[in-house]
Amino acid sequence: MRRLRSFRFPSACTALIAILAACLVNVSAAHAERSLPDTIAQRVAACTGCHGREGRAAPDGFHPRIAGKPAAYLHQQLLHFRDGRRRHVAMAHLLAHLDDAYLAEIAEHFAMLEIPYPAPRAPTTTAATFARGRALVIDGDATREIPPCAACHGERFTGVAPAVPGLLGLPRDYLNAQLGGWKNGLRKATSPDCMATIASRLSPRDIEAVSAWLSSQPVPAGGKAATTFSAKPPMACGSIASETHRVSP
Amino acid sequence: MRRGIAIVGALIAIGAALVVTRTETPSRPEITTPATSESIAKGEYLARVGQCEGCHTARGGERYAGGRGIVTPFGTVYATNLTPDPDTGLGRWTRTDFRRALHEGRSKDGRALTPAFPYTNFTHITSDDAAALYDFFQSLPPVRRKNRPHALRFPYDRPWMIAAWRALNFTPGEFVPDTARSAEWNRGAYLVHGLGHCDACHAQRNAMGAVVSGTSLAGGTMPGLGWYAPSLRDPREGGVAHWKREDVAALLATGVAPGATVAGPMAEVVRRGTQHYSADDLQAVVEYLQSVPQVRDVPSTSPAIEPTDPVFALGEKLYANHCADCHGRDGEGAGVAAPALAGNRAVTMTSAKNAIRAVLMGGFAPATTGNPRPYGMPPFGHILSDADAAALVTYIRNGWGNAAPEVSALAINRERGSAVEE
Repeated sequence: MRRLRSFRFPSACTALIAILAACLVNVSAAHAERSLPDTIAQRVAACTGCHGREGRAAPDGFHPRIAGKPAAYLHQQLLHFRDGRRRHVAMAHLLAHLDDAYLAEIAEHFAMLEIPYPAPRAPTTTAATFARGRALVIDGDATREIPPCAACHGERFTGVAPAVPGLLGLPRDYLNAQLGGWKNGLRKATSPDCMATIASRLSPRDIEAVSAWLSSQPVPAGGKAATTFSAKPPMACGSIASETHRVSP
Repeated sequence: MRRGIAIVGALIAIGAALVVTRTETPSRPEITTPATSESIAKGEYLARVGQCEGCHTARGGERYAGGRGIVTPFGTVYATNLTPDPDTGLGRWTRTDFRRALHEGRSKDGRALTPAFPYTNFTHITSDDAAALYDFFQSLPPVRRKNRPHALRFPYDRPWMIAAWRALNFTPGEFVPDTARSAEWNRGAYLVHGLGHCDACHAQRNAMGAVVSGTSLAGGTMPGLGWYAPSLRDPREGGVAHWKREDVAALLATGVAPGATVAGPMAEVVRRGTQHYSADDLQAVVEYLQSVPQVRDVPSTSPAIEPTDPVFALGEKLYANHCADCHGRDGEGAGVAAPALAGNRAVTMTSAKNAIRAVLMGGFAPATTGNPRPYGMPPFGHILSDADAAALVTYIRNGWGNAAPEVSALAINRERGSAVEE
């Protein structure tokens, strides 16, 4: 009885009218204009067109995976492409009119993605080349002042946040092109450019071997980057120094 | 053909050079009033209005320290160092020297400057504005960066050639206000034709690279870059006389407006230049642009191909696969995130260059204060063959009531790999 009494006709009517009106508004809005999701994933559809849905490139392609790479590393690469330190016509065109802050948001977006890695492709090189690659990656070559990759890129080659990228889960052609680019001066990083120095000490056969071995390795435990270096990096690297400087208070 | 043009040009130049005298004497240092914080701030603003940074900053280089290569049909011109370094920049320049560079197109030593520096526009800049710009550039930290010599082909690298060009194409002038018009309109005209140098791109150029008389703002293909700068006098291209005033302002201030997104070189103009315009200057430019006389008697066009045409069917299929998710099944678009293609002038104007480039290279709207996180379109050049891209662009130009000439596979091929500086 009390419940009935509390039912008020005018207020119920108002509520009904409001609901009906809301429906009408929704219908007319749907007719007036489509919209795309207001998400960063939708905004960067220009990136995933080549780098694969959610940033996971196919293992047989040239375009590298970007999902899950350290954020500062990705940001630096975007700035390098935009400002001409790293050369790629399509990337330069796409990034030409974007600013540092937005590129940082884009980098953060892809860095946060956790996408499973596909199984690596079986190596197609000779056993000797494969062994040469493994030796260079794991031990380096002290006589030529080539440090082991793990000294900077993490004990499991999954990178060290925020600035050093992992080396696994990348296509062989991509790795060949990057090391070759550094050797030829086409790819550059913040000075002092340690990778340019190392690549200058690698022969084309070394590069082929290193890329073959790295691209055939499975990615451990989601490929997450380490958070600290296990020991002081063996060389001065501008990319690492500039990010350390940036994050320090 | 090109050689023919060069020879004819050279002959004209030699003839003209005979009547040109170079009697300029280097200016003397003058007594100048010191720069004030107001004049420096004004100069900084005007430098943005004129997008000086766009040419005078190399990609990834120090601001205003020069070094960017401007590609022209005659070779590459390298923009100079505007910072006050005494040896490599403007450190030894006086206000008078600077004013003369803008007004007469001559360097400190009297040498005629290459007209890639748009002094045909800058000659209209008032001496007050020139002084403010000078004060601003002199206030910058000096950057020691030696100017790179221009890489112009013979005979365009010869001083007599530039002298001849000037005799034929350049007269120093002042901006003369139209007293029948409002102050706002006149301010707009001053900015558009002077510091803004809009017709450096939005006009046709002749074989000597000079703006063809009477084509100012009438659109043209940009020499070197190859983008098509649409006519601001044509409602079928970039004319805005019939637009809502706030939409014109939004496009210049943010890079996006209903049904329109700036791309290519105009994205840079918005990012570096027009987004920084004061509210008054923005309104003045809009007022002026909306008053520009428009082409009348526009003939009606009919679609270049019928829906029964196999090219149309191929284009329709490719559109459904690659484009419809964002631009809508019927080309209706999705707000400023993915502009409508039905009725979009960037798609239907006679020159298909920009539409082709959008498909091949994709792109983002510029990041601006008003649109800081723009949506981007992926490039499709690597997954579409020339024939496929031709069918797709032809379909977009003729679907949903659009009507424009068919695009050939050759036209697609010509745009591949172009328009990006290294």
